[in-house]
Amino acid sequence: MALLEVNNLRTSFFTDAGEVKAVDGVSFFLEKGKVLGIVGESGSGKSVTAYSIMQILAPTGKIVGGSVKFDGRELVGAGEDVLRTIRGNKISIIFQDPMTSLNPTYTVGHQLEEAILLHTNRNRKQARERAREMLELVGVNEPDKRLRQYPFEHSGGMRQRVMIAMALACEPDILIADEPTTALDVTIQAQILELMQDLQRKMGMSIILITHDLGVVAQMCDEVIVMYAGGICEQGTADEIFYNPKHEYTKGLMRSIPTVGNDGQRLQPITGTPIDLLNMPKGCPFAPRCDNAMKICLTQRAERMQINADHAAACWVNVRDGLNAGKGGEANA
Amino acid sequence: MPEHQTLVEVQGLKEYFQINTGFFRSRPLKAVDDVSFTIHKGETLGLVGESGCGKTTVGRTLLHLYKPTAGKIIYDGKEIESRESIREYRRKATMVFQDPYSSLNPRMTVSDIVAEPLDVHHLTANAKERHERVLELMGLVGLNSEHASRYAHEFSGGQRQRIGIARALAVNPEFIVCDEPVSALDVSIQAQVINMFDELQDKLGLTYLFIAHDLLVVRHISDRIAVMYLGRMVELADAKEIYDHPLHPYSQSLLSAVPLPDPKIARANKRIMLTGDIPSPLNAPTGCPFRTRCRYATAKCAESMPPFEKVADGHFVACHRVKEIN
Ligand SMILES: Nc1ncnc2c1ncn2[C@@H]1O[C@H](COP(=O)(O)OP(=O)(O)OP(=O)(O)O)[C@@H](O)[C@H]1O
Ligand SMILES: Nc1ncnc2c1ncn2[C@@H]1O[C@H](COP(=O)(O)OP(=O)(O)OP(=O)(O)O)[C@@H](O)[C@H]1O
Ligand code: SF4
Ligand SMILES: [Mg+2]
Ligand SMILES: [Mg+2]
Repeated sequence: MALLEVNNLRTSFFTDAGEVKAVDGVSFFLEKGKVLGIVGESGSGKSVTAYSIMQILAPTGKIVGGSVKFDGRELVGAGEDVLRTIRGNKISIIFQDPMTSLNPTYTVGHQLEEAILLHTNRNRKQARERAREMLELVGVNEPDKRLRQYPFEHSGGMRQRVMIAMALACEPDILIADEPTTALDVTIQAQILELMQDLQRKMGMSIILITHDLGVVAQMCDEVIVMYAGGICEQGTADEIFYNPKHEYTKGLMRSIPTVGNDGQRLQPITGTPIDLLNMPKGCPFAPRCDNAMKICLTQRAERMQINADHAAACWVNVRDGLNAGKGGEANA
Repeated sequence: MPEHQTLVEVQGLKEYFQINTGFFRSRPLKAVDDVSFTIHKGETLGLVGESGCGKTTVGRTLLHLYKPTAGKIIYDGKEIESRESIREYRRKATMVFQDPYSSLNPRMTVSDIVAEPLDVHHLTANAKERHERVLELMGLVGLNSEHASRYAHEFSGGQRQRIGIARALAVNPEFIVCDEPVSALDVSIQAQVINMFDELQDKLGLTYLFIAHDLLVVRHISDRIAVMYLGRMVELADAKEIYDHPLHPYSQSLLSAVPLPDPKIARANKRIMLTGDIPSPLNAPTGCPFRTRCRYATAKCAESMPPFEKVADGHFVACHRVKEIN
């Protein structure tokens, strides 16, 4: 049994313009001590997947199907009392926008202490000590002074580090990090990533790392999920995804980023415009932008197919080329 | 080495902002402090460094959008100083901004946004000419003529950035300061815009100062790269040279920290970690600005500012110990 099992998760937002199927049939397993990366275009459903696991969706959002199991326990439909024992204690999240997740009316120290008191077995004095320790750990200078300050007195990078300190201070089993370092400078990013890796190894923590930075994925992740238009288009070990991509979107993504290898060459961008979830094409959602789209791609969505033991993708090109080893298979390739 | 023609020359540029620190008291924030460099005609000079190190201020001061506190800006052999020279300069040198969402007026049509500089500088004789020029500019950046009468908010991020670039091109500039022009864009769209910068440079012979925090993007687009730290320029060299052999301790950490999109290389990469934070520019350290985080710092580094000196052909570094540590 995996620590976290997500099965055919579907989450929609009900808006005036219609139902937005933000997450549409997402399945994966997360094992203890593993780092799972989620990449994909802006709006492809990465954050909503994370919020669905934590069940912290906006009021217009609803999980309309599927299941999320933590340690064998079903979370979809579970009561607030159950969820309260999970959130923060077992699964912590670092949000994309640090300002929205800190309370502006309390000092940073107070908020850190409260989180630690709530989620670990420490007394006030130990919590205070732990808060200071965590700030130091995430590279905040003058932690004592910082603890007495309010969030608005901190720079964006500083606030993000406080959020990371807060999520890690509770020693969760799973850390969901939604673009944790996107707003930070690379030297600070390197510190934070190393810190996360360190804690993950020491505490056996599992991490779901959402990012658009393929470099961060390459450095950090054991497994990778690639999302497009609310679904998983490809999933596998990091090596498989980077060295043997088997979905046309992933291939396009790899060709469009500057690397050390394509020095002096023109990048090959993915053409066309990002998907509109309210006007989804009938067949493969990537077909309108795909250079290799065939007739069948325009009419029928490809199912997830195994490429090999470590790799699955949903793309008709693999069927054409006889690369599919079998349909469906385990959620985690 | 091929002969380079200098287009922009900056000597001892300083930009200090007065920051109020209490009643009737203020202190200078040295956003850019004694920076000198040149930009060759037709090249792309990349400018990198941590947030707040002064990249945008260099770009803006270079264009006289801020009056320099000190220093000289020489464009095409002429010092830009008098009001007249600044006016003339503004027609040759322009800027593209980071945020395609906030830098365009949502109540203006694409046509009016692109034509604004034409109107300001009286560059077209009549409405027909103006319209034709707008369509030509839109064509250059890959926008359809049907887009002309639509409003900026109807466009995606990548398209808005194209609109911003079309506007920057309206004056027929020779030199463009691009301040984080692709940072706000999704990866798949970034490549489209980066290619467009490349193609426009080939077609129009443009010169760029390209500011960005994505070091792989900068490496891709730049001929040479300059690294800034706390208002100072610490290293400048050929793009490949600086990636393969960075000489300044700060550049070494900065470049080693870049996550490379290749799992085997990324896992094996030896990062040189920096501890702590960049100091506030209001409390810059004495001597070398990097010394508080530098693993090679000695007493001398606290005493005097290392000069920005040539250490190899086309390779400049500001570090007292550059020879010993490399
Ligand atoms: N509160 C909401 N109401 C309506 N639609 C929403 C809401 N939140 C998210 N969505 C839609 O759900 C889809 C998925 O959004 P999500 O935030 O998960 O994308 P993402 O992959 O995290 O993108 P990014 O990389 O930009 O963070 C998007 O199309 C978005 O517009
Ligand atoms: N108009 C201003 N008034 C006062 N201080 C300013 C002003 N503009 C910039 N600064 C300060 O000058 C320093 C350099 O800022 P600048 O915007 O040039 O940095 P940057 O390198 O472009 O950073 P980023 O990567 O975050 O864009 C910072 O400390 C900033 O707070
Ligand atoms: S001058 Fe000294 S402190 Fe500055 S970078 Fe060189 S060795 Fe480090
Ligand atoms: Mg998101
Ligand atoms: Mg800037």
